[in-house]
Amino acid sequence: MKVTAIAIRGGHLIDPAAGVDALKDILLKDGRVAEIAGPGKLKHAEGPHTEIESLDATGLVIAPGLIDIHVHLREPGQGYKETIATGTAAAAAGGFTAVAAMPNTIPVNDSPEITRWMQEAERGAAIRVFPIAAATRGSKGEAINDYSALKAAGAIAVTDDGHPILKDNIMRETLTGAARAGLSVIQHAEDTRLTQGASMNLGRVSFRLGLRGMPPEAESSLVERDIGLVAELREAHPHLHVAHTSTAAAVAAVRQARRNGLRVTCEVAPHHFLLTEEHVGLYNTHAKMNPPLRSAADRDAMIEAILDGVIDAIATDHAPHAQHEKEVEFEHAPNGITGLETALGLALKWLHGEWKMPLGRVLSLMSAQPAALLGLKGRGTLTVGSYADVVVFDPKAEWTYRATESKSKAKNTPFDGWTMQGRVQWTISEGHIAYANSEKGIAVAGSEGRAEQANHA
Amino acid sequence: MNPTATATRRTLSTPPAPESSFPYNRGSLLSVLDLSIEGVSRVLRRATELEFMNPIRRNTILAKRRLALLFYESSTRTRTSFELAAKALGADTTLVSSLSSSIEKGESLKDTGLTLRALGAEGIILRHNSSGAAWLLEASTRLPVVNAGDGMHEHPTQALLDLRTILAHFDPETRTCQPERINRPAERVSRPMGPATTVGSDTLAGVTICIVGDILHSRVARSNMLLLPRLGARVLLCGPKELLPEQAAHSDPGIEIERDFDAALRQSQAVIMLRIQAERLAGLQLDLDEYKARYQLTGQRLAVHAPSALVMHPGPIIRGMEITAGVADGPQSAILEQVTNGVAIRMAVIERALTAGG
Ligand SMILES: [Zn+2]
Repeated sequence: MKVTAIAIRGGHLIDPAAGVDALKDILLKDGRVAEIAGPGKLKHAEGPHTEIESLDATGLVIAPGLIDIHVHLREPGQGYKETIATGTAAAAAGGFTAVAAMPNTIPVNDSPEITRWMQEAERGAAIRVFPIAAATRGSKGEAINDYSALKAAGAIAVTDDGHPILKDNIMRETLTGAARAGLSVIQHAEDTRLTQGASMNLGRVSFRLGLRGMPPEAESSLVERDIGLVAELREAHPHLHVAHTSTAAAVAAVRQARRNGLRVTCEVAPHHFLLTEEHVGLYNTHAKMNPPLRSAADRDAMIEAILDGVIDAIATDHAPHAQHEKEVEFEHAPNGITGLETALGLALKWLHGEWKMPLGRVLSLMSAQPAALLGLKGRGTLTVGSYADVVVFDPKAEWTYRATESKSKAKNTPFDGWTMQGRVQWTISEGHIAYANSEKGIAVAGSEGRAEQANHA
Repeated sequence: MNPTATATRRTLSTPPAPESSFPYNRGSLLSVLDLSIEGVSRVLRRATELEFMNPIRRNTILAKRRLALLFYESSTRTRTSFELAAKALGADTTLVSSLSSSIEKGESLKDTGLTLRALGAEGIILRHNSSGAAWLLEASTRLPVVNAGDGMHEHPTQALLDLRTILAHFDPETRTCQPERINRPAERVSRPMGPATTVGSDTLAGVTICIVGDILHSRVARSNMLLLPRLGARVLLCGPKELLPEQAAHSDPGIEIERDFDAALRQSQAVIMLRIQAERLAGLQLDLDEYKARYQLTGQRLAVHAPSALVMHPGPIIRGMEITAGVADGPQSAILEQVTNGVAIRMAVIERALTAGG
């Protein structure tokens, strides 16, 4: 059966950007949202010329597909860690319908050719991949790339993620050049002159473990430098987006910049609002990433900033690595953890469940806001005519994440065995089912009836 | 999103820090924290028993048991100490150093450990330049692993031998260490340690031990900081900011920083001098003349501020740098006695490693 339309019935539609929070049926057709109506009221879901697949979403939430603006898909060049196909399969399982792929591939994505290559159908992506191109040639921080050519090839922003742009004049050129091309500049804020040889946060834990530490100022000082440049270049209207903020001081700087009317946004990763340097435990390399897990005070500041609305997006910084690469001495292990399959489950369990953030706001941080932030038109919302990017999930279902069952090639996660809340039932990317949960019997109080229906998917 | 968000701090529940599953093997000694206070007593007691045991009988205790010494850093002192200790118990030892071909070719620590296990090693003594290496090796092999120094992190047998040295001079009546009881280096340590072979949480109550110098890069300092306060001692750390960050004092209420060396000496019954680890300074610029002026242990300084304190040093000593030759060789020095105590402690630790797990 060739399905050209999908009707999702009986679910609770939460579309924060459109202000919808009600029981709605939704019809997806030709990759777009075709109709939204009250329960049982879809008008165009019948007809002789369309094969319609019907999904029963009774008891489930229907929401705009999640958007992760910070992932590492490792292609080209490091397919043993992850491929675009496996990374996006994991993303779909996590409820994502679009991801933005960082340019620290091999070779670095600093060209229209690689940017296009990443988007080709042959890559086998399960969902939409938006390349983020390198800001400078080879991400070496010396010469800026041709931003309009990169944009024309499909790049949605520029960054030298992992290799912060330290030189003031290069950062100036990047901000103005990107603004002229209509692109955002994403900075991995780390003054690497302060972090030589360091492998975790600088503090009492790094002292205790005998590891060299990264001071919080290495992040905040570069954020402050960048904000100063954005202020200086105000006329050019640059957009600075601070990647994976992890320190109270960096968030405070962003907050102040916005008060001053500057276009500065920021994201935070689930591990930075959940974990602290104590989670490094005894050299657990699955707790090693950059920026590192910080102090409890910084972690608490991330939570506060999310609840207070300073944070614009939750982004995972999904950074897959092969097992043998992480099974080495802590200081030699590569930075990064996977995150695509755990982001929603953790956000719902902690932000919504424990810290009482309204569900709509949590979803907004993972769809509407990141879409707006990078100008992804027609995404992050489910109004008629927008892309048929949908996630359907059981908001009450609790489940346990098992890294061994991950669709990612990599299993480097600190969240193995953690309880998650909110089970993704279907992920639909531009009208195609990219993921369907086939698991039986998610037996959780209040969702038994739902689990049975899910088995028909 | 929500401009009316509250400005007050919320009290939120957050995910707890994970519990440690180390050590996997009951025979392992990765950290001094792997030993309960009772465990410390057992090691001290057994060290003395083994030291005074008939060598021929002692040689049967681990007869033909196989122990690998895996050394990624050259260390004549520690390696020889472990080797002599193992051989005194009759164990077969094999040395694998960082100059061995497989390691030079880039074999991972995990693979090297698994290879040693497959070759029949029943336990591994590991010296490694990366902090935490012993934990990685133990998790990978599940063998008893004795940490003979991991990076800037820990050196548990050194802390135990330092403790043994302190206790050998400790007078529980006056709560002081008495250097004059020191046996001259050439002699054997003839006095079995008496009352102090059983230690408790107040054994060293009222005693201040000062650790001086390059604390930041020192695994000896860290292990002592984890051991001595548990026995009631007060630990004073002394050194310049570059080598002694404030965080060092945050690890235990029994640990304080006193940057004035003379003031620290005046309060201390024992002083552990550390060398500057030039190989770990990583670009840090130190004015060595100023360092010497402030932190070198000289005969005059000792005579004025701590005329009866015990002087210790884990070695290697840089004479004329952190300590003068006169003090190192002087009547208050227990430095060579520490070396002797090391063999006894390591016999006890190796025996524990190969017999505790069962
Ligand atoms: Zn980054």
